[in-house]
This record gives sequence, structure tokens and C-alpha cells, in this order.
Amino acid sequence: MSVEQKVIEIVCEHLAVNKEQVSRTTNFIEDIGADSLDIVELIMELEEEFDIQIPDDQAEKIKTVGEAIDYIERETKKK
Amino acid sequence: MSRRVVVTGMGTVNPLALNVRDYWAGLLAGRSGAAPLTLFDTSAFKVTFGAEVKNWKPDGIMDSKVARHIDRFAQFALAAAKEAVVDSGIDFSKEDAFRCGSMVGSGIGGLFTWEEQFTIYKERGPNRLSPFTIPKMIANSASGTISIEHGLMGPNTAVSTACSTAAHAIGDAFHTIKWDLADVMVTGGAEGSITPMGLGGFVACRALSHRNDDPQRASRPFDKDRDGFVLGEGAGVLVLEEYERAVKRGAKIYCEVLACGNTADAYHITAPHPEGLGAGRAMINAVKQAGWNFNDVDYINAHGTSTGLGDKAETLAVKQVFGSHARKLMMSSTKSMIGHLLGASGGVEAIACAMMLKTGLVHPTINLDTPDPDCDLDYVPNHTREKRIHKVLSNSFGFGGHNASLALGAI
Repeated sequence: MSVEQKVIEIVCEHLAVNKEQVSRTTNFIEDIGADSLDIVELIMELEEEFDIQIPDDQAEKIKTVGEAIDYIERETKKK
Repeated sequence: MSRRVVVTGMGTVNPLALNVRDYWAGLLAGRSGAAPLTLFDTSAFKVTFGAEVKNWKPDGIMDSKVARHIDRFAQFALAAAKEAVVDSGIDFSKEDAFRCGSMVGSGIGGLFTWEEQFTIYKERGPNRLSPFTIPKMIANSASGTISIEHGLMGPNTAVSTACSTAAHAIGDAFHTIKWDLADVMVTGGAEGSITPMGLGGFVACRALSHRNDDPQRASRPFDKDRDGFVLGEGAGVLVLEEYERAVKRGAKIYCEVLACGNTADAYHITAPHPEGLGAGRAMINAVKQAGWNFNDVDYINAHGTSTGLGDKAETLAVKQVFGSHARKLMMSSTKSMIGHLLGASGGVEAIACAMMLKTGLVHPTINLDTPDPDCDLDYVPNHTREKRIHKVLSNSFGFGGHNASLALGAI
């Protein structure tokens, strides 16, 4: 499964939304009703899944599904 | 201005059933909800059984995201509240939100969450703690979540008085409506603390029955062979409403709430006062506040936990308060069937009382085979009795020495 597919799967599970509602441009807060605690939880889940660390200052910049995917792809390539 | 308050909706999740209808049928049939525990491995524990909510799945009852962000006890509370609100027929979106509130307490709060997150902390450090650790743990999260789900912007608190929590919450909600601070209150209690710490803690303070080989016969209030209570879980939630508006909208009315006698033992953190002084005064206060005569009380829903000291002290208190009438009234223990739901017990027991007042059927105390000579009242042993009752008390006493006695009347 690609990073993109996996991220979308985790987003759907954590925010209780359907895959059809989620694309790279989906904004967590504006489009699928996430709040600040949801995002903290989601970031932790992504760290867990991809075995990476996302520092708080970086996590704050991740507003969309695409930004999360890009960040994860960059980090996992470094390893 | 003092106003009358009635019960117009009820909901429950408990070891016998996931709704009021099946719960009531179970009580009338004298069924026990106790069984070997399944929630975790109990092999290291001296007690291996309890009264779990069976087949609990929040899906379908609440949004999956909401369910994930609240503790087990608050899931029970929210499910019971939803049933109670639907039952009441009230559409809160059409009400003045500031006149509708919630007071649903918990004796312990989010113990599942606490243990799960503490384990993560011990194994993986503080940076792996869930951002929902605190919001899931806090005992007021049930009341908070109910207010969010139903849009209730009126008075909102969460009582925590151990095993008398729900009774005190109902008492506070009753006063809130009586004194015109709100018109509708969602109230009661919820508990979900059948966890290693919950079970181990109650075993350590010598509160639980050890009848591991026969769980269904373990909760035997007022029986000579009782040896402690059976740890239960669940929620009991009621919709209380001002009487005139309930009548005006043609609501189904179960019963009236007339008083909540409220005292403390000021004696010991777990043991009841041996003469039941505080418990007795709570009942006296309830009868007087309700404006009743002592001889009018037909039935008492006992705190009746099946502990050696507790059942004896409660019996003594009833005899002191009611004199010769103590032997004429009926008194039964819901806990003989569902176990002890701690902070939820006063809620599920108030529901039982409301059903008794409405139907003219009095549920039994099961497992009462050999009466204790010190417990010599009419506990409605083992079989449901057909008897129209009009004035009842529902007793709840909590660790810390908190006593509540609710006065409920037929309408």
C-alpha cells in the first residue's frame, strides 16, 4: 500500500469519514471537521505507522492530507 | 417559587439489559447479571466474577468518533441519555437551551483510560500519551458529552459521591427544576470501573463477594450467607421535567420526584455507621421534605449491597425511622440482580422504582434463602409481588459516608 493510501486510510478511521470525502487537497479542519485534539492524535498515529518523528513545529504546518503525505514521503526516504 | 418535578424519560445500560424495557423484564423475572469477568485476565485476582454490561458495542448508538473520544463509563452514560431523551419525546432543538441541563455523575470516572494511558506512559514515555487522556478520564465528561450531543446549555455539573452519586445527582437536578433554575434536566450516573485497578482496589478493601464458583448467587442482600457486593457497571439516566409543562405537552409521566434526604455519617471512609444514624436521618429528611407521614411509605429500594455491615445497618436504620411500620413496608434490593453499579446505582434503582410505581409490580430481592436474624424485614424475597405502591424511598449510601434517600411518588 502506498503512503498516500495508508494516510487516507488512517485519516478515515480517526476522523470517521468515508474515503470519497478525502483527497490530497482535503483540509483537516475546514473540510472534515477535525479539531486540535484530533490532529494531535492523528499525527501520533502517523508517527507510529511510519516509524518517524514529526516535531511540533512541523506538525503545525500540516493542514491538508497532501501535506501530511509529502512530509511522510520526505522523512521515510531519509531513512 | 417551588415547582413540582416529574420523571418523563428513562434510559439504561446495565448488566441485565441495554434498555429499560428488557431491564425491567429481567428484574421481574429475578434474573442475575453476574458472571465470570471477560474484560481482562482475572487469574491473579481473588475475585474473578462481576456484573459486566454484556455485548457492549457503541457503534450504531453513537458516532464512532465520539465513542472513541470518551471513556467506557461515558459511552454508557451517553447511550442511556439518548434512550431517556427519545423516551421523553422532548426535541431539545425546539427548547430554550439555557433552560435544559445535565447532571450525570460518576463515582470514579474514566478508569479504563487512566490505566490504558498509564501503561503507555510506563512502557513508552510521556510523549506517547493520547491528547484525549484527560478529557476521557474526568468524571464530568459524561455530563459534558451529553450536553454537547443534545445541545443542553443550562445547569451542568457532575456529582461524585461514590455509590450515592446518581441519587445525589437526581436530587440536585430535582432541586434545580423545583427552584426554577431550569425546566428539564437529564440526570443520573454512570460507571465503568471493572478494570484491574477497580477490581483489585475493591478486593483490597474487603468489599467484594468471593463466591467465584457461583456468581449468580453471590449478590444476596440480607441473606445470612452474604459475603460482600458484586462489582457492576452501567448507567441509569432519567429526564426530569417541571410538572405543569410535562402535563401541557401530554408527556408520559412515570412518577414524581418529591425530595432527596441528604446527610453524612461523619464516621469512617468505607464502613457505615453501625447504627445507621446518617442513613436514618437521610430517610427522615426525605419523608419530611416530601410532606408525607412515615406510615405512608409503602416501599424502600434498599441500598442493600450484600455486605455484612451495610445490610444490617440499613435494616436497623429503617426500624429506627419507621418503628412498627418498618415491618409493614416492603424493601427490596435491585443489586441482588444487577450487582453494585457504584455511581450509577442510584440511577438504575430510581428507574426500577419508577417502573414499580407505574406498574404495581414490586421486584424481588433474589438469593434470599436464609434470612439473617439481624435482617428481619419484608425484603420481597425471590419473587415479584403484585402490589400497587404510591410512596417510595430509594436509598443510596457511598464510601466517604455520603447518604441519599430519594422520595418518589405515584402520579
